[in-house]
Amino acid sequence: MSDYNFAYLDEQTKRMIRRAILKGVAVPGYQVPFASREMPMPYGWGTGGVQVSAACLTPDDTFKVIDQGADDTTNAVSIRKFFEKTAGVAVTERTCEATIIQTRHRIPEDPLTEDQILVYQVPIPEPLRFLEPSEVETRRMHALEDYGLMHVKLYEDISRHGEIATAYAYPVKVEGRYVMDPSPIPKFDNPKLESAALQLFGAGREQRIYAVPPYTKVVSLDFEDYPFDPSKAPHPCALCGAEDSYLDEVITDDKGSRMFVCSDTDFCASRRAAGHVGVAGAEVPA
Amino acid sequence: MQAQYLDGGFADPPRDAAHAFRAALTALSRPGRIETLAGARPPAPASGAAGALLLTLCDATTGLYLAPSHDSDALRGWITFHTGAPFVGPEHAMFALGTWAALQPVTRFPVGTSEYPDRAATLIVEIDTLDNSGAVLTGPGIKDSARLSLPEVAAFRANRRQFPLGFDTYFTCGDRVAGLPRSTRVEEV
Repeated sequence: MSDYNFAYLDEQTKRMIRRAILKGVAVPGYQVPFASREMPMPYGWGTGGVQVSAACLTPDDTFKVIDQGADDTTNAVSIRKFFEKTAGVAVTERTCEATIIQTRHRIPEDPLTEDQILVYQVPIPEPLRFLEPSEVETRRMHALEDYGLMHVKLYEDISRHGEIATAYAYPVKVEGRYVMDPSPIPKFDNPKLESAALQLFGAGREQRIYAVPPYTKVVSLDFEDYPFDPSKAPHPCALCGAEDSYLDEVITDDKGSRMFVCSDTDFCASRRAAGHVGVAGAEVPA
Repeated sequence: MQAQYLDGGFADPPRDAAHAFRAALTALSRPGRIETLAGARPPAPASGAAGALLLTLCDATTGLYLAPSHDSDALRGWITFHTGAPFVGPEHAMFALGTWAALQPVTRFPVGTSEYPDRAATLIVEIDTLDNSGAVLTGPGIKDSARLSLPEVAAFRANRRQFPLGFDTYFTCGDRVAGLPRSTRVEEV
């Protein structure tokens, strides 16, 4: 561990990232450009989130990483080990014990507290990018609060599919001003964006940092006659029986059998430890 | 080069700066909350909290304006040795340090542009009393409302009206700090 500066990055880089984070906090939902560094992992593996975490970590923190809700996938395990090695911080898989949680594409099911920071890994931070490829144009659209194009996109969803078909990375308006991409979290998680915890977003390849401070108003875009619907698969979890958690569909053989299980592994394991059992819970060891 | 400028920096810069940044981050993301910022001992009249903010956030890429209340050779020397931040006029400052009276008029400081609202100044305002009384704060980071002993209300209301443009403010007093981002709405009691 002594071979690395604390939390891997050099101090000059951390100051630059820290200044960007503070400006992001001051202007909720606005994407602050920053000089993203090359990290010892490829773009797409959470380099933005890792840089934000590195800038925020203190030696007293307890760090948790989830990838689509799971603590035990390759991405989550390697980032957790990275900071265990370079920052010497304590790590955990328990949501309630963590002080900083880095996440790829989920918000934990357990409500976060004022003492926690949630760091998102963001692939494409610009919500308007697939509607308008030019950065010059999208920047001007944000400056002028010109978000008509996004509503046209949602309207076309309805005219084509009969409903707003966007199921993840569902756009939100932050504090009545900036339209923001909440990263590719399922729209089921959107209501949780109004949180007691500070939420920071890092996009390494795209070199943007943005933030949602605690208790900030976050509204999912919709229409009066087509209100926002944070839907999920209409099943209980097969392992713990939870009916209010976001579920992954798992194919269990080549004959079409499937099961739905909580995507948040800590939430599911905690429920099973507390004695909750789903229809397949008895067959699968906890 | 004066040897007395060498003292008063962070004893363990990576870890001290990490703690200081977390306090600064908490203060700015939860307006009204008063945090402790320790580890720096800048020359008078700068407070320990202001010194820690400078050490944590300033470097050779950030222009710093010292208001007349804080523009001393000792403080200039200390800041130059520990951060390398260039001293600039208020119109070009990314950071500014001084008492509230000495920083006037605060309308001089950069407030960003509509396309880049992040290119705005951060003011570090040294005040004599910092507690949870006085002006009522609402907005992002505040559950219902909070209170903070601001030196003035009108300037921060005018700053909020420019949102998303505007400067952001830290209030420092001894080793304590509170934040007031441009997004906060400020009301007289």
